[in-house]
Amino acid sequence: MDKHTPSRDNPWLELRRLTPARIALGRTGTSLPTSAQLDFQFAHAQARDAVHLPFDHAGLREQLSARGQASLLLHSAASDRHSYLQRPDLGRRLHEDSAQHLREHAQANPGGIDLAIIVADGLSALAVHRHTLPFLDRLGEQVAAEGWSTAPVVLVEQGRVAVADEIGELLGAKMTVILIGERPGLSSPDSLGLYFTYNPKVGLTDAYRNCISNVRLEGLSYGMAAHRLLYLMREACRRQLSGVNLKDEAQIQTLESDTDAPKNGNFLLNTP
Amino acid sequence: MASFVHAVGTQTYRFDSLKEVMAKASPARSGDFLAGVAASNDGERVAAQMALADIPLTHFLTEALIPYEDDEVTRLIIDTHDKQAFAVVSHLTVGGLRDWLLSDAADESSLRALAPGLTPEMAAAVSKIMRVQDLVLVAQKIRVVTRFRGTMGLRGRLSTRLQPNHPTDEPAGIAASILDGLLYGNGDAMIGINPATDSIASICALLEMLDAIIQRYDIPTQACVLTHVTTSIEAINRGVPLDLVFQSIAGTEAANASFGINLNVLQEGYEAGLSLKRGTLGQNLMYFETGQGSALSANAHHGVDQQTCETRAYAVARHFKPFLVNTVVGFIGPEYLYNGKQIIRAGLEDHFCGKLLGVPMGCDICYTNHAEADQDDMDMLLTLLGVAGINFIMGIPGSDDIMLNYQTTSFHDALYARQTLGLKPAPEFEGWLARMGIFTQADGRVQFGDNLPPAFRHALAQLG
Repeated sequence: MDKHTPSRDNPWLELRRLTPARIALGRTGTSLPTSAQLDFQFAHAQARDAVHLPFDHAGLREQLSARGQASLLLHSAASDRHSYLQRPDLGRRLHEDSAQHLREHAQANPGGIDLAIIVADGLSALAVHRHTLPFLDRLGEQVAAEGWSTAPVVLVEQGRVAVADEIGELLGAKMTVILIGERPGLSSPDSLGLYFTYNPKVGLTDAYRNCISNVRLEGLSYGMAAHRLLYLMREACRRQLSGVNLKDEAQIQTLESDTDAPKNGNFLLNTP
Repeated sequence: MASFVHAVGTQTYRFDSLKEVMAKASPARSGDFLAGVAASNDGERVAAQMALADIPLTHFLTEALIPYEDDEVTRLIIDTHDKQAFAVVSHLTVGGLRDWLLSDAADESSLRALAPGLTPEMAAAVSKIMRVQDLVLVAQKIRVVTRFRGTMGLRGRLSTRLQPNHPTDEPAGIAASILDGLLYGNGDAMIGINPATDSIASICALLEMLDAIIQRYDIPTQACVLTHVTTSIEAINRGVPLDLVFQSIAGTEAANASFGINLNVLQEGYEAGLSLKRGTLGQNLMYFETGQGSALSANAHHGVDQQTCETRAYAVARHFKPFLVNTVVGFIGPEYLYNGKQIIRAGLEDHFCGKLLGVPMGCDICYTNHAEADQDDMDMLLTLLGVAGINFIMGIPGSDDIMLNYQTTSFHDALYARQTLGLKPAPEFEGWLARMGIFTQADGRVQFGDNLPPAFRHALAQLG
């Protein structure tokens, strides 16, 4: 901190290594010092920009095509971001033109598919731009190894999670997985969420889905996310269901190891 | 069902039910548009407010917005209505009630006496025809005082919930945020953790840890781990030390069912908490969280506007003599409260309605990154609620909740309110802060001690 200012550092700065929380920010009078104040404003600005960043579907389709993957571009019933943010019901349905486009695709490719892969901007196009391709590379290998049939990757502008239900139903898909930008946090503007549904149809609630959250460089790795998703898909095929009744044992194992953690001591209680 | 006709200017407006008048009289917010219950234009909204102002309060006792037979919250409201307490305003209309509340006839003691005589629908109705300054002025007259290990809600006091959340419930990380908060004078309302992991073993470990910290440093505060009420009951059955029993609640039976609760389950939680007799000054021990939009998001609103649904949740809360109730106003997102203006108004409505009904209200003054809101909006709501006499606010490091991914008031924000409005912490905690040498407050100004408290200096030395 600038020694010419009246602000004070906190003598407990070393606690910062114990948590990513914004502790020991110091104070000037009782207020935030300038640097901490502006750091926060920048983090918020990044999160806001992530919410409003337009979905670069053209760029994504080009990259998919370069990998030999076909794609379809659809739009939800929410016409723009303003309407998307206030009308979640519209983001969950396809625009009529898009629904028709998908019906025509399905008629030209009859017989249904095992898995529909959908990519939607959600609340962070940034997350989708950063993580879609590396994650799909991992997933693609595993899907091929299982021998599951797929449709072209479906991109949806202004889409919410449940839009995958309508897409899955129109494509006659046994399973859907949607990659979607999660609500940006102050320190995580690019978190990707994966939602998996077995036997998708319009009107399902979230109780019928399984969610894998926080896929990003500082969070869950692509490999681990693909591993958990594959586990869910195999189990779903075996038990013919998804959602709360489908336990994600891969996840449960992590949770159980977490439950031991709070039993460890901490510096406030270790003193004699 | 009555219909209401109001002529204003060259137009005549007709509303087919009390529910419709209430919804259309609500100041504009995205959730009511999403539900399809909002006024179709500004003129219709003010006409509905005029129609609402003319409705006698007694009418609210004969036309339930959600049928008595269908909803246990309605039954609770009607069955516990205190007619004697109501008598003082029973001759008034909604508009007359606003005038009465703003008049000298309404003071701290008359408002306390009135509280059990008002239904949530009456409180919601009058709030809809009040401006921001009315909501602040009337709320400021009211005090709702509760006690456990500290005293909440005294005039000239503002308490904070220290919220030391951590993405993986790491004990050392939680302890770091707790110490940061205590050294900034936060935490007199409670030290309250939103756990990342909801397993019973993890919840019990966190409860043990909070209890140990409070005992070790002799802090006159309360601990809470915000888990489902049935998990708290299970923790109590296992003999784990638990101060405050938490639950999210809403204003309809169906919305509460979506939370996995009903009035019986809450009663069981309340009785389990009471059985521990851990309060030293009093036995207010329920901690409830609410928020406009929760009934709609559970598709359980029965066509009732979101502010009225929210106020009905306070009838649920007051039945269990809570320690504190927290409206988490901006957490739910822009499809319910779109921007800073809507969040600010909603926070003030919730605080006013809760206090009018005798509920110890606090507010999580907060927003998410997809709402059109920022720190300036939170400063405005914090200042207004500070003037309005709110019981408590949140306190977290640097406004950034790294577990729940939203922004709420910081440790520094509470100090701002103390400095500008002269608000002190709860008296028991004020004494502890002085004994520890953390800070004292004279004429509003906060004077920090020169040195770290020895007990905490020793703890920090452990880190090497």
